Amino acid sequence: MGKNPEFVKFDKVDKSYDGKVLVVKDLQLDIAEGEFITMLGPSGSGKTTCLMMLAGFETPTHGEILLDGNIISNIPPHKRGIGMVFQNYALFPHMTVYENLAFPLRVRKVDKDEIDKKVDKALSMVSLNGFETRMPAQLSGGQQQRVAVARALVFDPAVVLMDEPLGALDKNLRESMQYEIKHIHESIGVTVVYVTHDQSEALTMSNRIAVFNDGKVQQLSNPAELYEKPVNSFVAEFIGENNTFNGEVVDIAKDKCKVKLANSEILANPISVKSKGEKTTVSLRPERALINPTGEMDNMFTGRIEEVIYHGDHTRVRLNLLGSSEFILKVPNSTSNLELKVSQDINIGWNSTDARALDPK
Amino acid sequence: MSSETKQILTTDGIPLEVSLKKAEKKNKIKAFLLAAPLLLFLVITYIFPIGEMFMRSVDDRMVTNMLPKTFQEMEKWENLEELPPEEVYRAFYEDYKLLVEKQQHGKLGQRLNKEKNGFNTITKKLFRQIKRKKIDESASLKEQINKLHKRWRNVEYWQAIKRTAPPYTMAKYLKGMDMYLAADGGIAQVEEDRRIHRILWLRTLEIAFFVTLFCFLMGYPIAHLLATLPMKYSNLLMICVLLPFWTSLLVRTASWMILLQQQGIVNDFFVMIGLVTDDNRPEMMYNKVGTYVAMTQILLPFMVLPLYSVMKTISPSLMRAGKSLGGTPFVAFWKVYFPLTIPGIGAGCLLVFILAIGYYITPALVGGASGTLISNQIAFHMKTTLDWSFASAMGLMLLTGVLVIYWIYNKLVGVDNIKLG
Repeated sequence: MGKNPEFVKFDKVDKSYDGKVLVVKDLQLDIAEGEFITMLGPSGSGKTTCLMMLAGFETPTHGEILLDGNIISNIPPHKRGIGMVFQNYALFPHMTVYENLAFPLRVRKVDKDEIDKKVDKALSMVSLNGFETRMPAQLSGGQQQRVAVARALVFDPAVVLMDEPLGALDKNLRESMQYEIKHIHESIGVTVVYVTHDQSEALTMSNRIAVFNDGKVQQLSNPAELYEKPVNSFVAEFIGENNTFNGEVVDIAKDKCKVKLANSEILANPISVKSKGEKTTVSLRPERALINPTGEMDNMFTGRIEEVIYHGDHTRVRLNLLGSSEFILKVPNSTSNLELKVSQDINIGWNSTDARALDPK
Repeated sequence: MSSETKQILTTDGIPLEVSLKKAEKKNKIKAFLLAAPLLLFLVITYIFPIGEMFMRSVDDRMVTNMLPKTFQEMEKWENLEELPPEEVYRAFYEDYKLLVEKQQHGKLGQRLNKEKNGFNTITKKLFRQIKRKKIDESASLKEQINKLHKRWRNVEYWQAIKRTAPPYTMAKYLKGMDMYLAADGGIAQVEEDRRIHRILWLRTLEIAFFVTLFCFLMGYPIAHLLATLPMKYSNLLMICVLLPFWTSLLVRTASWMILLQQQGIVNDFFVMIGLVTDDNRPEMMYNKVGTYVAMTQILLPFMVLPLYSVMKTISPSLMRAGKSLGGTPFVAFWKVYFPLTIPGIGAGCLLVFILAIGYYITPALVGGASGTLISNQIAFHMKTTLDWSFASAMGLMLLTGVLVIYWIYNKLVGVDNIKLG
């Protein structure tokens, strides 16, 4: 991995557009050199604002942004040397693919042969050789996207910013582009700051993910940890699916706590609860609950099937369990599958380590 | 496609193309019928009047019809440097006598007078002789007519009559360019101090060009602001741009007269801030300055609106992309934004130029002597001299000029690149 762990640094950055509301609140974020970091969050969470501040199109209201140790808040965008891929590609419609890619090199007064070489290299990186003379309008959405990526990389920037670059593509193309961008990142080792509201995109591509909500980073960790160990109920809710129980802590030990629900009690893993009497929301991933568990599990209940939905690779089962009819189970579809029928009673079990007692919603 | 591609048939065996045409036919007829009233309207109000205008501008049949025998005899007149033979005199006398009976001799005199000065006097003289029955038809008419006035003995006057023989003439067009058909049938220039039309044409082009330039220079930033400001401000600005549109042209021109006259508000202001002294107020009206100022203001919306509609479609992320890729704001503007606005610039400039070249009311009111345009001259001939054929000729020359400009523009930029919205 990269050498400088603080290659890009947001230092206590605040941003307000109207002087009344803070869009970004006291942001503290370090991005390592060569890292692929994703800012993930719902719209209006401040992630794009952060990206725009890094690119130089917005100025921080308070705090500093550092690039490789230098404060860049007063440097205009064109002197920052940061590549950017825009949401709608922003290819120059009156220039050919070649001219689009040559633009950042020409303004840097690179000589002709060098430009040809670099453009060729960048195009082969996105496998678009032979498209030099096409106009952007003659390309498909996916091809335009690749040109935009190649253009952001052609001048060897230290950092590349991507603002929801795959938002306009259809699902299959989006998935293959995710892998392509990931592979390009791995092969050239550039630092990438990626903004998206699509959690699966973030999980697929990133080294680390910063989950934004309400102008704050809720959690910053690698994809596995983010999914398996969300630190608060917003992250648990936002990343993946999630069964929740609202209750009150009645007993707490080091790695276990007892949560009293409306008419029963469950065991959970205390993450953000400290003492008895606290309100909490317990979060459990659907695939962590098993039907008819064979081994010993510390949470065992019986529920009634309300709905069965076939999803191809898995079946979603909605249960009435512990007084809530919103409990979701994901059952992988295999040859030895169970016969699941509506209004059948089944036994459900899960381990208390997977049930994370988080802040109350 | 291979040449052996089989003809595709529909299920009942009719070739697909035939079937398609049949299916489309009804729609085509419907579409044509919908457009037919407009087509008819265009023919009646546009193509027909232009044709009529053209006919009027080249029509010279009046004299041809008045002097049929004369022209017939003149065919035989060989040595044009000498006076015509007796037959021509006789034919002319007979034609003229007929006109006197029909009381149309005056018209002929006026028409010939236009061809050559002095005709009116000598035809009137002939008329009086005919009235008093002083002409002896059995004797030589050549001698009797020649005796009436020395001009009848001047061959140039007879040449002038012969020149009016063809039923169609280019004379009006030549006159519009300060040229005329010389006695020998060639084209000659009028004396230098009488070339008023050429000055007017050049001035019209010059004023139209500069008005277009000023409109562009002022309109471009306005359109850019309109396209980029937040809705709340851009709406207000848009009303400011459109407000003059909703005000009568005369009112706007009149308000410029109030502003620009020597005792006007602008001059008062100049005196107040000490730019000029009170007894030395500059003339800003009844000259080119007035025409420039008023026309630029009046034609500005025609520049702003096409530019705005094009700029509105340019994504702001393009400028950002230009900057983030390392272009200075100027480079990003010049290499990215500006080229994308060219269709709007083309449409706006063409629109303003074409409107300016035929502008009439404003230059007539604020232009004075040095600020009037060719259209004012056309109006002058329509209303004052009543020389409609000359007015038609100049109108058509103006129209041709516009078409030529359009053609050049098409060659340079391509009409497909024009965007009006």
